[in-house]
Amino acid sequence: MTTPQQPPAPPQNAPQTPPHAAPAGPAPVAPPHPGAQPAAGHPGQAQGYWPGQAPAGGPAGYVSPIPIRRATLLDAVASEWTKIRSVRSTMWTLGIMVLLVLGIGFLAATLVAGQDGDTGNSSPLALGFFGVLLGIICVVTLGVLTISSEYGTGMIRTTLTACPDRGRVLAAKSLVFFLLTFVITLVSTGMIAMVDSTLLNGMTSYSPDADAWLRATVGVSLYVATLGLLGLAVGALLRHSAGAITVMLGVVLLPMVLSLFMMGDALSDVRKALIEYSIPMQLSAFYATEADHMTGPTGWTPLWIMLGVAAVALAGAYASMTKRDA
Amino acid sequence: MIEAVGLTKRYGAKTAVHNLTFQVRPGAVTGFLGPNGSGKSTTMRMILGLDVPSAGRVTIGGQPFHKLPNAPRQVGALLDAKAVHGGRSARMHLLSLAQLSGIPARRVDEVLGVVGLQDVARKRSKGFSLGMGQRLGIAAALLGDPQVLLFDEPVNGLDPEGILWVRNLMRSLAAEGRTVFVSSHLMSEMALTADHLIVIGRGQLMADMSVKDFIAANSAGFARVRTPDGETEAREKLTAALVGAGAQVLPEQDGALRVTGLALPRISDIAHDVDTRLWELSPHQASLEEAYMRMTQGAVDYRSTQDQRSGLQAPPAQPGWQQPAAVPQGWAEQAYPVLPGEQPNPYAQPAPAPQAPAPAAPATPPTPPPTGPAPQGAPADLTKRDSEDAR
Repeated sequence: MTTPQQPPAPPQNAPQTPPHAAPAGPAPVAPPHPGAQPAAGHPGQAQGYWPGQAPAGGPAGYVSPIPIRRATLLDAVASEWTKIRSVRSTMWTLGIMVLLVLGIGFLAATLVAGQDGDTGNSSPLALGFFGVLLGIICVVTLGVLTISSEYGTGMIRTTLTACPDRGRVLAAKSLVFFLLTFVITLVSTGMIAMVDSTLLNGMTSYSPDADAWLRATVGVSLYVATLGLLGLAVGALLRHSAGAITVMLGVVLLPMVLSLFMMGDALSDVRKALIEYSIPMQLSAFYATEADHMTGPTGWTPLWIMLGVAAVALAGAYASMTKRDA
Repeated sequence: MIEAVGLTKRYGAKTAVHNLTFQVRPGAVTGFLGPNGSGKSTTMRMILGLDVPSAGRVTIGGQPFHKLPNAPRQVGALLDAKAVHGGRSARMHLLSLAQLSGIPARRVDEVLGVVGLQDVARKRSKGFSLGMGQRLGIAAALLGDPQVLLFDEPVNGLDPEGILWVRNLMRSLAAEGRTVFVSSHLMSEMALTADHLIVIGRGQLMADMSVKDFIAANSAGFARVRTPDGETEAREKLTAALVGAGAQVLPEQDGALRVTGLALPRISDIAHDVDTRLWELSPHQASLEEAYMRMTQGAVDYRSTQDQRSGLQAPPAQPGWQQPAAVPQGWAEQAYPVLPGEQPNPYAQPAPAPQAPAPAAPATPPTPPPTGPAPQGAPADLTKRDSEDAR
């Protein structure tokens, strides 16, 4: 398997394939003879070189027949799309997230629908919250892995050799990851919102308006995808999959856990803030109605907060990628 | 053209690369040699802008790597065969790199064919052997059909056919006018591949010259002198006379003498004076391997020592000849037994002495391979490579 069938390398074999490669391009240039180049020669370098080959002065000793095109951000996006769809972790994490959102959302709705009686004036869409809450972990994991797996395997050095522009690599990764998770989350939250509102039709006195629908689907999806971006930024900062995932789990869970230990009156403000600004609480704000009397950020505010945090983290990730050795 | 000026890289207190200044010119294979940990890979990473130099600069065609327009079309590199995501198939790996560089996807199948991986293109690279990984890395380097190519230890883990292929590939790439910069710790491999050598040790430049100059500057030629077998008296007499004339004489394993410091006619005259017949008087050029060992002797960071196995083995008492302790005496003679009905292994010839597994005894490697044409040198290189890797 390792050894190809080709005979032990006639020297011309490898590098002369390119001319066949680009029939569409400009007439294939014959490999230029470097001797023909203006030889800005250095004295005493004649020794050890191939006969008849005075080294050229510039880098243009060889000109590829493959047409040269300047790579753009779109090329990087295409590359990242190839990368993200060609590893199994993407399918696993997003697949489990969809299962969690749909499964738990459906389960909760059937349980509630099984109970007779009125559910009061809470939103039927809110039943999707628990699935999304668990699904967050999958999205965050994928966000971290999108970049930390490249550092873990050393692939990042290959990537940065192919594209020295760190900003472009980071932007393409963020864009592809964000759009992918946003679309997947939107589809699953949209589905579960419809299922839940159908199952609980007529059981609640509250009927969600357009803004409630928008927040429970688009809002939640944007929030979750942005949280994933934060994971990506943390992955780029820490360059270590397990470490970055642990940190992100801490970010999601720790404020709630910490608030349990903040008993005394002196700490009550801190405890309140920790709970109000914790990620599960902010996520629940997307499902909240007027009647829930949320004390923390409401409406679309959690999204703006998360966007700000992710933007800062991504800026840090960019600085880290440009400053630190890959 | 790669140009480094005063290139320095420090990691905390440790200086990995110190004040390197060199040029790598197009149209030739430039070998980049140094012992393990001498800063070869760090230098390569700095050339590619992956590591930022602590001081100095390195440019490709006059510009730092990150400022190059269409960098992947100008520079291709194999840094580490394992620097791929193991869960991705070989083809997808190359496709993502091609897309990133704006290279048509057709090129992916071309380079897969060039390196001979088309049959496993859709397999996940996790299951690849080191040699297959090297081929995938070489494919990635060739993807952009660039004019500057960097290879870090490209023959590690390759089979003999693969080594020959890489060697020919490097030479043909250079013959097209490209700049080819190949790092290795295997002098013998470089002797067959490179036209020019840059040798570093402990991060400092030790040599920057053509292969021919390198040998001339770093190795003294010697003469092999052989007196008739069984006439130990004549041999000792000749040895004494040669030493008296200012030569250095080292006995070789098969009873011949290795004489340095005297010209061949002078040795013949001395033999005539002491009435000794000679069965052999031949000039020899020390191999590149020896020259390299001699040069980097003082700059080896990780030096292996002999496994003493104290108390388990009687020390082989052969005066003058340094028997490698790891290889028991008579190892070469006791070839593997030939089972009934089995052809004797044609390669198991007892003639060449086993290679010393450690570079601890660089001064007297048995039967130095001739530095001349490639085919004769190749088998000797393979054993050397294996013993090097085993360290």
